[in-house]
Amino acid sequence: MFLRRASVLLIALGFTLFAFVMAGPRAGLLVMVGLGFGLVLEGLRFGFAGPWRMIVTDRDGRGLIAQLIAIALVAAVAFPLLAANPGELVPAHAPVGIAMILGAFVFGAMMQLVMGCGSGTLVNAGSGNLVGLIALAGFIGGSFAGSLHLGWWTGLGALPVLSLQGMLGAQLGLIVTLAGLALVAAVTVARAAPGKRMPPRRLWIAALLIAALALANLVIAGQPWGIVYGLGLWGAKIAQAGGMDLGATAFWAAEGNAARLSSSILTDVTSLTNIGLLIGAFAVMRWRAEPGAQTQPLTPASYGAVLGAALILGYSARMAFGCNVGAFFSGISTGSLHGWVWLVAAFAGSMLGIKLRPVLLRPASVKGAFA
Amino acid sequence: MSARISRPMVALLALGIVAAILALDLATAGAPDLFTAPSAFALGSGAAPTGAHCTGS
Repeated sequence: MFLRRASVLLIALGFTLFAFVMAGPRAGLLVMVGLGFGLVLEGLRFGFAGPWRMIVTDRDGRGLIAQLIAIALVAAVAFPLLAANPGELVPAHAPVGIAMILGAFVFGAMMQLVMGCGSGTLVNAGSGNLVGLIALAGFIGGSFAGSLHLGWWTGLGALPVLSLQGMLGAQLGLIVTLAGLALVAAVTVARAAPGKRMPPRRLWIAALLIAALALANLVIAGQPWGIVYGLGLWGAKIAQAGGMDLGATAFWAAEGNAARLSSSILTDVTSLTNIGLLIGAFAVMRWRAEPGAQTQPLTPASYGAVLGAALILGYSARMAFGCNVGAFFSGISTGSLHGWVWLVAAFAGSMLGIKLRPVLLRPASVKGAFA
Repeated sequence: MSARISRPMVALLALGIVAAILALDLATAGAPDLFTAPSAFALGSGAAPTGAHCTGS
């Protein structure tokens, strides 16, 4: 056990040091933030897709309430921080549009099929979940593919970027955001069964830690926590290495994206936190005396469905300008109207995904199992 | 086939995929230039953030 735990520490601290030495102190700090996310998400079992399913299927609102608490805590600090430091910190604002709403709906459905959202896919893969590993590969490919068509999708129609700060000012914007979160919490409590309303101590601690880490992400990186961009960038790097001319595509030819593409992954904010998150989840799994059982074996066709769903998950996350982290968590906590629209559309999609799940994901018989 | 792939094995595969992407990236994009590395914290740096986010287009 000592050797196993020592190797876990070596990997976690080794990569942090590697990023620090190769890309500077900000890179090292962002890996540490990512590690923290992984440790909390896996260690305290704080998730996004699971609680969205639980409130529908089991009338269990505890996980969803914990999410809302974390978002409210971030908003309470992020709104004044962003208002006071507009030149150094940027919010996660994006336009509401037809493709954005469609993308969020599809994302919500697919995250129930792959049993994980943006952060959940990384956590699942890092903690050794086979479905999570397949989903990670699909997510990388899908988010890259989505970047190639994003211009066409946004051309279908979108509003200008609207934020609560922009419409109401920072103070009133924050009040409306907190009121909105309280309203969602009230609906959740009304829907939840007795005894499944208030989060347990574990989820309170997790919500506090996730909020602290998200704020650390904002203060260190200058931008809120995100997942999808980094995964799409990894896909772009692989495609470019394979000979694809991405300079001919609108998305990757754009100034900021072209700079990311030609620079090291170690200088990309979301890549650093994504890698840290994956290692953090791995560390929790390996730290335990017993790593736990593998996920239930599925039929080969079901694994194919997971891969297809993960491709669509990544693609739709690009259409929707973010996943549960970039759009829902960071969007709402920094005042973006699109975060609220994302929540409604993705939740509707999630309800569809819950119905599709038993149809598309079928357990294999013991004889035919290969997981 | 009835062999079950253990969680540690799958997790190592995931880390291996990320390591392979990093190695590929270092081989093609090269190592970052430390002389242009940003300060540790964006807040208080006086510089505009240059990172990309999922909400950008």
